[in-house]
Amino acid sequence: MKNVKHPMDFYLRMDRMPHIWCTGCGIGLTATAFVAAMEKAKLDTNKVCVVSGIGCTGRFAGYIKLDSFHTTHGRAIPFATGLKLANPELKVVVVSGDGDLISIGGNHFIHAARRNIDMVVICVNNFIYAMTGGQVAPTTPLTAYTTTSPYGNFEPPSNIPQIAESSGAVYVARWTALHIRRLTNSIFEALNKPGFTVVEVISPCAQYYSRINRLGDGLDMMKFYHENSQIKHWEPTDNLYIDYQKEIIVGKFVDRERPTYSESYKKWLGE
Amino acid sequence: MIEKDQLTANHTKNGLANEILYEQKAFTKKREGGLSLKANPKDVRTGVFYIDGDVAAAEGALAAGCKFLGGYPITPSTEAAEAFARRAPQVGAMFIQMEDELGSIATVMGASLSGQKAMTITSGPGFSLMMETIGFGAMLEIPFVIINIQRSGPSTGLPTRTGQADMMQARWGSHGEYEVITLSPDSPQESFDFTIKAFNLAEKYRVPVMLMSDECVGHMTEKVEIPEADKIDLEPRRLYKGPKDKYIPFKPDKDLVPPMVKAGEGYKLYLSPLSHDQRGHPLLSQKSTTRRIVDKIRLNADDIIETKEDGLDDAEVVVVSYGITSRVAYRAIEQARKSGIKVGIFRLITVWPFPDKRITELAKRVKGFVVPEINYGQVVFEVERCVHGNANVVLVPHGGGWVHNPDDILGAIKKIIKAKKKYEGVFEYKTELEKLIFGSGA
Repeated sequence: MKNVKHPMDFYLRMDRMPHIWCTGCGIGLTATAFVAAMEKAKLDTNKVCVVSGIGCTGRFAGYIKLDSFHTTHGRAIPFATGLKLANPELKVVVVSGDGDLISIGGNHFIHAARRNIDMVVICVNNFIYAMTGGQVAPTTPLTAYTTTSPYGNFEPPSNIPQIAESSGAVYVARWTALHIRRLTNSIFEALNKPGFTVVEVISPCAQYYSRINRLGDGLDMMKFYHENSQIKHWEPTDNLYIDYQKEIIVGKFVDRERPTYSESYKKWLGE
Repeated sequence: MIEKDQLTANHTKNGLANEILYEQKAFTKKREGGLSLKANPKDVRTGVFYIDGDVAAAEGALAAGCKFLGGYPITPSTEAAEAFARRAPQVGAMFIQMEDELGSIATVMGASLSGQKAMTITSGPGFSLMMETIGFGAMLEIPFVIINIQRSGPSTGLPTRTGQADMMQARWGSHGEYEVITLSPDSPQESFDFTIKAFNLAEKYRVPVMLMSDECVGHMTEKVEIPEADKIDLEPRRLYKGPKDKYIPFKPDKDLVPPMVKAGEGYKLYLSPLSHDQRGHPLLSQKSTTRRIVDKIRLNADDIIETKEDGLDDAEVVVVSYGITSRVAYRAIEQARKSGIKVGIFRLITVWPFPDKRITELAKRVKGFVVPEINYGQVVFEVERCVHGNANVVLVPHGGGWVHNPDDILGAIKKIIKAKKKYEGVFEYKTELEKLIFGSGA
């Protein structure tokens, strides 16, 4: 048994293990799905770059054995834009959290989608700023408690698929972390689709979000999200708001064609 | 006390043979001769032009082989971005106007790690917005250039007018500690030349290099001679040449600068802005490579520093200046010389790293230093530090918007000649304008 290797070892930095994610966190499952999708896509691993921002999901880049970059808070998308435009051969994947991509990096998210820059964005949404200790996020559902909304959150949350669609993303899907097979398939489709593609992963924060709202352990939350999700492909994205501990609509919502930034650039300005 | 060898042994045992172990001694040797790499004739618009400093800087960048500009419009730097955007498709370079300066500087990081020479162009408020990512670039030792066409501040300030008040921000504006290199041109010709130099230094030391121009130089239209491509020396990227599996991202060469690889070449690079060891892995210790980021510039300062001296042989008073202010200073020096005062100029081309040794040397034999700057005193305190109480230091401040009146610099020179004490700390010369506003005072 000594020489037996886990099939995912090829994609993981085993010298960086153990990872920092808590028991019951959904980021590990996202990594599993990503690696499975990579295997299925059979891409040249030398040409795939993973870029993360800051936060729990920001540590994603550190465990994936591809060219991987841990960047500053909110700047994963423009950093990836630079990588991609300076070397169009690269396949660029941004994996980051809801706070990083939608709050501090929201402007970049909108404009990268508008330009239709060729990149996959995997947004792990755990409804909270977990790395900093559980503060309110732009995705925190109404009434949920966090350390900075100690009387319950009264700000309406962002609807990530709707922002993505209205900004111009060509592929938008959402799954919970336990939808491993479907999530893998969506990441696979996103990897193969030219243009700005977004996959949102609803992931439990078993430490902060769970503890302050008394939602049980990570597995309880994961099961809850999974059991309370409803698959509705092609659901209009304005129906995708997530209410506190209510039904979560998952599925593939957008899959359309638009010329990518690089294609338009070539067409307009030549090689 | 633990012996150094023992410390090394412990860390090797723990797989952490990554602590900084180098002799902390300055490299005093200057590079001799030209560089091996020449500019690509396609990139160089050879000829004699009548262009402004902004456009000259853009031409300089293209001549240096810059292939990526992520920018955001801000007065008074827009002409540079416009010139680059016009020329980029002709030379296979890419211009993208990002959604903000936070994004434009981040694209530059990505583009540089993809293997292209990359830069951004900005001014005051944009420069402030970029600060966090400049620290990121310093931490990951990414070579890139920022052109800052300085304007007056704080905040929106005087957007269409000149200033030199970003000098300290350029040095340490991002949180944490690091060292950068800055260059200050005083003409469109120098904007062109120094932009090329900026790229060369960035590649050589894997460091952010800032061209600290200003609105006056940026909008000043003058003759600019762009030489033939084979007259332009370029510093190639320090590419790693060893076996792929032996690559350690932050293992430095002898001059403390580690070689680089490009993304997408199979090195499975991991770069993190967390304090890291040589492998790039996060390290919760002072033994991280952070110290080297400072040392690689400080210990190589003799090679990096460039200054220009004029009339210092017999000088009693030295005018220390940089950027557009040095051109104004020349006028004052001429007048002073005419009236028999022995004045020389010490021009800082690289303000950072600061030429401390030379100032200390000069301080031992001159009566004093006059430091005119378009701010209320930034570089003057560096001069004072190096003087060690051996000479007087007079600041000629300026609130920004315009350049100095040469008469004020002349007045400050005369003040030093009249000074009774050897050293009175930094004292501020009251300019004619300020005398009008505040009265002549004490």
